[in-house]
Amino acid sequence: MSYSEKVLDHYENPRNVGTFNKDEAGVGTGMVGAPACGDVMKLQIRVNDQGVIEDARFKTYGCGSAIASSSLVTEWVKGKTLDEAMNLKNTQIAEELALPPVKIHCSILAEDAIKAAVADYKQKHGGGGEYTACNPPKEH
Amino acid sequence: MDFNQDHFALLGLAPAFAIDGERLDQAYRALQTEFHPDRFAHAGEAEQRLAMQWSTRINEAYQTLKSPFSRAKYLLELQGIQAMDANNTAMPAEFLVQQMEWRESLMSTVATADYPGLQALEKAAKAEADRLLGELAADLDERRDYLAASETLRKYRFLEKLLADIDNAYAELE
Repeated sequence: MSYSEKVLDHYENPRNVGTFNKDEAGVGTGMVGAPACGDVMKLQIRVNDQGVIEDARFKTYGCGSAIASSSLVTEWVKGKTLDEAMNLKNTQIAEELALPPVKIHCSILAEDAIKAAVADYKQKHGGGGEYTACNPPKEH
Repeated sequence: MDFNQDHFALLGLAPAFAIDGERLDQAYRALQTEFHPDRFAHAGEAEQRLAMQWSTRINEAYQTLKSPFSRAKYLLELQGIQAMDANNTAMPAEFLVQQMEWRESLMSTVATADYPGLQALEKAAKAEADRLLGELAADLDERRDYLAASETLRKYRFLEKLLADIDNAYAELE
């Protein structure tokens, strides 16, 4: 199987590789894994007071498609609001990178990673309306 | 023979995660001999085709049951559970943190040609893989807790991948 040019580009020059301190106030961390191939992915966002994602980092241990998918997502989410980031779909990633059907799960992994990062940020900040009366946000 | 038999029945084994590997090998060899295409060289075309189909079917059953991973996956499929569904990417956070740490340490042992470090990592990963296999046997054969087994199997898949990458790292260091 051959990789598309865009996958190779991200694989050879991955954008935004690295980590933020997960305990930093504006940072949300998402970690996911793909049992199908044993890939692990960590994706982090740094959010400003206006709820806009200023910066993003990732670390992915996996195949070229998984690395490219997470690299692309870190580029895409910069400058986006949390809600916009939540609306990102794996199909957009797969289309942009021209992923073959057997590699679609890599784009699913990247979509789940950004969603997990946003959820982590919202949980830290007690917002997002995902809390119920029985599970109120913690005081800061 | 019956095409609707499951892999275990085909090879004369009780459906369980803990199996007698030698019995599996023996049953496989006996069936392969019985349905070997050479034995049907002078048979009619239909019979030859059927023997070929059996031979394929026997191979598939044997390969599935031989590896602990695919055997557990198959046992879960018999229960109607697709343990490796690609849409299921949520793993316990501590587990993923550990995987990340192991992956990072694998990268650094290769980068610094740290052979003892690689051996220590391999030892830790093998111990965890064995522990997970023990847990799988308990989940599947004793507790019959198939959801727990699915999660254990997913964890095991990550360890298999890590161990394969450790093998590749040895090759790189040599």
